[in-house]
Amino acid sequence: MSSNQAQSSLFPENLRKRKRFGQIIYFLLLSCVLIGIVSLLILLVRILFDGIDWLSWHFLTNFPSRHPEIAGMKSAIFGTIWTIALTGSFTVPIGIGAAIYLEEYSPKSWFTQIIEINISNLAGVPSIVYGLLGLALFVQWMSIGRSVLAGALTLALLVLPIVILAAREAIRAVPDSYRQASYALGSTKWQTQKYVVLPSAMPSILTGVILALSRAIGEAAPIIAISALVYLTFIPTNPLSRFTVMPIQIFNWVSRPQDEFRGLAAAGIIILLLILLGMNSFAIYLRNRYQKQSEE
Amino acid sequence: MKKNKDITTRSSVYKRSASSKIEGKAIKWILLACALLSVATTVGIVVSLVVQGWNFFMEVSLWEFLTGTRWSPILKPRAHGVLPLVGGTMLVSIIAILFAAPVGLGAAIYLSEYAADRVRRIVKPVLEILAGVPTIVYGYFALSFVTPSLQKVIPNMIVFNALSAGLVMGIMIMPMISTLSEDAMMSVPRSLRNGAYALGATRLEVASRVVVPAALSGIISSFILAVSRAIGETMLVTIAAGATPRLTANPLESIQTMTAYIVQLSLGEAAFGSLEYNTIFAVGLLLFFITLIMNLIGSLVVNKWRQKYE
Repeated sequence: MSSNQAQSSLFPENLRKRKRFGQIIYFLLLSCVLIGIVSLLILLVRILFDGIDWLSWHFLTNFPSRHPEIAGMKSAIFGTIWTIALTGSFTVPIGIGAAIYLEEYSPKSWFTQIIEINISNLAGVPSIVYGLLGLALFVQWMSIGRSVLAGALTLALLVLPIVILAAREAIRAVPDSYRQASYALGSTKWQTQKYVVLPSAMPSILTGVILALSRAIGEAAPIIAISALVYLTFIPTNPLSRFTVMPIQIFNWVSRPQDEFRGLAAAGIIILLLILLGMNSFAIYLRNRYQKQSEE
Repeated sequence: MKKNKDITTRSSVYKRSASSKIEGKAIKWILLACALLSVATTVGIVVSLVVQGWNFFMEVSLWEFLTGTRWSPILKPRAHGVLPLVGGTMLVSIIAILFAAPVGLGAAIYLSEYAADRVRRIVKPVLEILAGVPTIVYGYFALSFVTPSLQKVIPNMIVFNALSAGLVMGIMIMPMISTLSEDAMMSVPRSLRNGAYALGATRLEVASRVVVPAALSGIISSFILAVSRAIGETMLVTIAAGATPRLTANPLESIQTMTAYIVQLSLGEAAFGSLEYNTIFAVGLLLFFITLIMNLIGSLVVNKWRQKYE
């Protein structure tokens, strides 16, 4: 370390001055944190303030309309439920399967390393690029059309890296003694996974899955590439129906110049944030319950 | 191994027959297929972008695409120079990182070096909420709050502009920088700090001359990853930054980013296979490569640092 020789010049003698300077910087650093917190508060208060008047029961049960007083987000809410249910049913088994393979089965080889590097890079691919993938692969080449199914498959690929990373961490946290005990009783590798590792990793896996799905609920860009439509007045009846989702309905309202539609957009955002809040609280509840259990 | 087998054949609870061996093999292959799906996704992204982009580059030369300074794929006279879109993306991302880098780093230093445990346990989740808010919400926030507020200070600013989109993007990527940088600083060994205190350094001097330099690669990597995130961000810039492809360095003007262009054209439902339709894949391909390279550099920098400390 070269700083040792330069010590006297690096640390000036006047301690009081240095401490006062430290105090000033301390407040600057504190204000950096406050900028983040205050921004969040302003954002939430502003949206609540703009949208609260537009919230009503018929906002949830009406279809979108040209007349803001009677417009609702029924088609978007049902579209979101369809999309997320399908997304979850694709991504959860595959994500957990991949995690089990990488944690428990894979040999330490260049091949495994490629899969790992690949997964971490996929997590950084912009969501709109996934939309283009879905548009070319599912909508066009596989002729699924601009349907719920195409949207859900796309979102499943988008959140897959998140599910895999969360599931791997959960599996890694299962103590090795559990596995050894299971082997000692004569179980096969798969029996150990199925009856010992997965059950004890499940709460944390679920937490990760919920967080991944709440990311998928908020995604608008890939769904726009898939669905194109932002204005729909029917709800999907099967996986091949056309669809819209809540963020897209909100986008549609935001992009209109009239103030009334801005109010509707804010109301839609409140609903969306409430759903996300609910899901995240549930994830935290699961994590806490699991932590308590493992302490007992 | 043989002894093992004897034991299992005797036990009645776990029967290990030939069929269960095949089952074990089959399961291993199924699990491997799950893991390989992620590789297939990457291949799928590259193939779909390249194949669709190929149709575009049959009609427009790569050179014209990468160096042209006018982007007008729909209105005649048509032009397919991507630089205005790249410029718009860069402008917003630079504004975002100029805001987010100092604020995020400041927050990280505060959380890692100053904050009491109790404070950190409250503040960190709050910042993570910021990172979890859907980007459409940030778009709304930029358009309905930040732009009108800025217009009070800069009266001649138009509604759709790069500045407010960039600032809100800065708020959005700030938690990413603070989280990753804080992780890097927390893993700087305690002994380095204690050494500096023993030499008579103040808390600030320890933070700024010991911890930050030691964690520098992690911090730089967090900046790179945050910029990459900003480049790929879509809804916020679609809503707040405008739809005017323009090569400008003036943040008060309306611009269009690469991502916002893809959304704009997708909304129009262009016919499959038309030149306009294929433009989004060409732009998407460029976007994919830019973010991929930045992510690779980011993880390369951080891996180097990991080797140094473990």
